[in-house]
Amino acid sequence: MSASAEPAKLLVIDDNKVNRIVLSRNLEQQGHVVETAENGEEGLKKIRTQSFDLVLLDIEMPVMDGFQVLEACLNDVDLRQIPIIMTSAMDEIDAMVRCVELGAEDYLTKPVNAVLLRARVNASLEKKRLRDEQRKLFRTFATKEVAEELLRTGFSLGGKKITASILFADIRSFTTIAESLDPSETIDMLNRYFGSMFDAINANNGTVNQMVGDGLMAVFGAPIHFEQHREYAVRAALQMLKQLQVFNEQQAGQNKTQLKIGIGIASGEIIAGYIGTQSRATYTCIGDIVNLASRIEEHTKVALRPLLIDDDTRKGLGDSYKLEDLGPTLFRGKQHLVNVFSVEPS
Amino acid sequence: MSQIDQSIFNTLKETTGADFIGELIDAFLGDAPDLIAQMHSALANQDSDTFRRAAHSMKSNAATFGAMELSALARELEIFGREKNLEIGSRLEVMEEAFRQAADQLEELKSQP
Repeated sequence: MSASAEPAKLLVIDDNKVNRIVLSRNLEQQGHVVETAENGEEGLKKIRTQSFDLVLLDIEMPVMDGFQVLEACLNDVDLRQIPIIMTSAMDEIDAMVRCVELGAEDYLTKPVNAVLLRARVNASLEKKRLRDEQRKLFRTFATKEVAEELLRTGFSLGGKKITASILFADIRSFTTIAESLDPSETIDMLNRYFGSMFDAINANNGTVNQMVGDGLMAVFGAPIHFEQHREYAVRAALQMLKQLQVFNEQQAGQNKTQLKIGIGIASGEIIAGYIGTQSRATYTCIGDIVNLASRIEEHTKVALRPLLIDDDTRKGLGDSYKLEDLGPTLFRGKQHLVNVFSVEPS
Repeated sequence: MSQIDQSIFNTLKETTGADFIGELIDAFLGDAPDLIAQMHSALANQDSDTFRRAAHSMKSNAATFGAMELSALARELEIFGREKNLEIGSRLEVMEEAFRQAADQLEELKSQP
């Protein structure tokens, strides 16, 4: 046997003992670590409690069949990324094709051909490795749900018009602060600050879209549309302010610099899409609203309020928010007056 | 007449390891009487689902070892079961006879290097 790709941990689910032995023996010969389960229920339990790189799943089984196991995995955001290869007899090829359409990675007819088995298993493992890397990258910037959605739908470089909320946040007088600290202290402080802000954004279904210096931009309602994107954005902002308080208490406890931030939110139609090439692309939002959110954020310095929103965002909020109407404001580069509201931290 | 397709059997032996084929044959020959017993009691109980499932396993196992005639007979019974028709005449007995012949031959193959 020639050397295979890196050894992986695989699960063989089959009610037939001979099939289990043949499959696991074949895969062990290829250098993998193999676990087995005798029916769908036992298999699903193992999938949920252990971590597998790949599952080989029989269709026809008592207790819980392969279809049910496949569906349970596809409907679970934690299990969806495990590739599943369906295994069944040649005369059930229609059922296997249906499984692949549902989201199974591939299929193999039984009795398995060792060469095909090796090829499909290795191809699936390789694809999984690539997806895992992508996922790790996405997860830095987005919630699990958004990252999964991006992986599922893939990248199309074309843009589309979406209604969303854009949030800008900036640290007040950061340049002055940075000048008084040594570089490693500055980076350390920024990392802790951003970590805390990302948590607040991700917890409210937002995606951090850009970080420039001490500023960040997050989008709510894209790439996955949420009807309540306005409220999510405001809730994220309020949580950011609350977490900043905690951050500042910790800083004060260690005699370190405390931070002040300003947050601006605007909602409306934006153009969103991946800009770049297939090898390097970023999710980008363009439009007046993006620009407006940035202007509103700058306006927090003048208004002396930490969180300002536009009228469109306000319309998406329930009654539980304490709002202050700051009246119409003309922003630089804009042709129309914009009604700005301050949201008071609770 | 040979019950076992030698080229399928040899490939199986090669890919799972020659030292391992005996254990694999034992697993099949150990399970098969249970499957046959299940088919008989399913017939008696008019339980076409259990019947179909046991026939399905027999079909699959027979094909794994290259017992193609046995596999074809089991497949036919599986289809009877799937169509909920258990008027199978003497087909189960014919399949059992094919199994006995295949089993004898597999026992022989087991002792070969």
